[in-house]
Amino acid sequence: MGARVTGVPIMFEGYSLAELGSIFAMQGFAGLILFSVFVLMALGLAIIFGQMGVINMAHGEFMILGAYVTYLCSTFISNYAPALFPVYFFIAMALAFIASGALGMLVEWGMIRFLYRRPLDTLLATWGLSLILQQVFRSVFGAREVGVVLPDWLMGSVAVTDTIEVPINGLFVMALTMAITIVIYAVMFRSRWGQGVRAVMQNRVMAGAVGINTEKVDRYTFGLGCGIAGVAGSAFTMIGSTGPTSGQLYIVDTFLVVVFGGAQSLIGTIASAFTISQAQSTMEFFLSGSTAKVLTLLTVVVILMLRPQGLFVLKVRR
Amino acid sequence: MTRTPQSRFFGRMDGDIAGILLLAALLIVILPLGLDIFRLNMVGKYLTYAFVALGLVLCWGSAGILSLGQGIFFGIGGYCMAMFLKLEASSPEATKIQSTPGIPDFMDWNQLKELPWFWEPFHSLSFSIVAVVAVPALLAFIVGLAMFKRRVGGVYFAIITQAFAAILTILIVGQQGYTGGINGITDLRTLKGWDIRTDEAKLVLYFVNAALLIGCLLLCLYVRRSKLGRILVALRDKEDRVRFSGYDVANFKIFVFCFAAALSAVGGAMFTLQVGFMSPSFVGIVPSIEMVIYCAVGGRLSLLGAVYGTLLVNWAKTMLSESFPELWLFAMGALFIGVVMVFPNGLAGLYQQYIAPHLRRLTARRSDGAAAGAPIIPPHTAAD
Repeated sequence: MGARVTGVPIMFEGYSLAELGSIFAMQGFAGLILFSVFVLMALGLAIIFGQMGVINMAHGEFMILGAYVTYLCSTFISNYAPALFPVYFFIAMALAFIASGALGMLVEWGMIRFLYRRPLDTLLATWGLSLILQQVFRSVFGAREVGVVLPDWLMGSVAVTDTIEVPINGLFVMALTMAITIVIYAVMFRSRWGQGVRAVMQNRVMAGAVGINTEKVDRYTFGLGCGIAGVAGSAFTMIGSTGPTSGQLYIVDTFLVVVFGGAQSLIGTIASAFTISQAQSTMEFFLSGSTAKVLTLLTVVVILMLRPQGLFVLKVRR
Repeated sequence: MTRTPQSRFFGRMDGDIAGILLLAALLIVILPLGLDIFRLNMVGKYLTYAFVALGLVLCWGSAGILSLGQGIFFGIGGYCMAMFLKLEASSPEATKIQSTPGIPDFMDWNQLKELPWFWEPFHSLSFSIVAVVAVPALLAFIVGLAMFKRRVGGVYFAIITQAFAAILTILIVGQQGYTGGINGITDLRTLKGWDIRTDEAKLVLYFVNAALLIGCLLLCLYVRRSKLGRILVALRDKEDRVRFSGYDVANFKIFVFCFAAALSAVGGAMFTLQVGFMSPSFVGIVPSIEMVIYCAVGGRLSLLGAVYGTLLVNWAKTMLSESFPELWLFAMGALFIGVVMVFPNGLAGLYQQYIAPHLRRLTARRSDGAAAGAPIIPPHTAAD
């Protein structure tokens, strides 16, 4: 996380009120970037886990695949088509979506579709997949973390006041997240296809009976979720570097975000991503990073124990 | 079945008991004779994971509760033992070069001036041994109570336990002064004055470990064959029906989860004794889920299978990572996928399917007539 403020425990004393205000604003912004990444990762998972009920432990690796595609794209374009460099990011994002989505559909066809009735087994199988993908990444790209070169217009920061500065790449990631969220909302809730997806997830047998090809819907839905993970990875390269095991670092956080929000609710996912990221980044400034993380995760887990269904519940008659 | 409860466990010389005797012979006679002390110590280390796998057979195989946080309990058990050993190793005489003698070295490095309160009771061996089992069981009880009473199960339970594993790892790594941080608690020397680092001590500990494992195996077998064990299977397959029959399903789940936790903790404590250190790398998400694969490879329904599965996977891991380190993750990944897609009942399932029928035919021919009339039911199909 580029936005992490590490450091020794610092207490409130010793800051003036204005400084405290700036700190909260800056940390709030850092939290917003974290929030964007969480949302991007969690959206794909919310579709795969929340809608389909499939535990995809390899979700992080699909994200990293997107990040590596972006890395390859940036290297390729800066070497062979420098004119396109300022906009390479959009090309990379489309390619990342296609690559991760295609791999996702392949995995669904080869593995997931046999396991819909055994969710715990899906969890183990996709964990195995994630190990294999990690090793593939390591063999192909090396164990070292790679980063992309940002085009000039994404560098630097905007000074809002004397003490508050916001980095442009962060703003860009946030805008991107908003755009993707709106697109997903439109696809899932405003299109004929999304209606089909929701019908299949709510009642597979009836959906099949009214003529929806449920197998095809499953495959494309899984592909869409993985594709979004790829885009998330693509966005992730703008604020951090990518290594073969980066995906694993976020998988538990992401699952917690989705479960905390209420697995079947997209709004819930966004709300919980917001809560968790803001809590974590604000606490991170005043406590050490690990304590902040422990407190956040613990709070989430305790709340989940008291309210297992999550923040937002989709009311469905079964 | 018309067998009386007593004969169900002790009276009959059945497949499971024979299998346990065979395993005991392998662990206590054959391996110590065939391996040098270095390899034997390694087998001993693998066997500590078998405790976890046994717990998972009951918890996951029998009761259908997949916990991805068994590393938590393994780790806590190991840490309880390590805290005792560390305190013994950091006597004021041994640590007089520190700025505060008498506290563990990593505390001194982190500028701690006195022993934290929760370390104090670990001066006592008997307290530590009780803590090894009691602390993880208590934690499992709290988690189980909160989750199972609210009917949270399945994948949600798996994810929450996984989150706990993550939390505990971050906590241990972060609180360096109290826990030894990422390196864990190292440089353990003696147990009540008895040096645990010598070859002789390693041999003794190996036998203690193997005996404990056989004991736990028998205990698990007893639990599985009791009425409780059959209720666990029933609630795995038709939870609502068990509930409507008047059982409080949650209590059974809490029990089996605590039991599995305590087993894992025993394994963890034995691990610390044999390997000589404990670190957060045995607590987190990755080791916890690896422990599930030990159980899955052996066969999630078979206690014996879990022990063999643990040995086999760990042996393969050592072999592969010694010679082809890059292949290991591929092999592990393929194992996860294969065990789920191709042979969900693991080694024990393959044995039941391909080897057991032949064995049965052989023995049936020999004792023809003697056992006429008594239908021979393979123990696993009868139990599960």
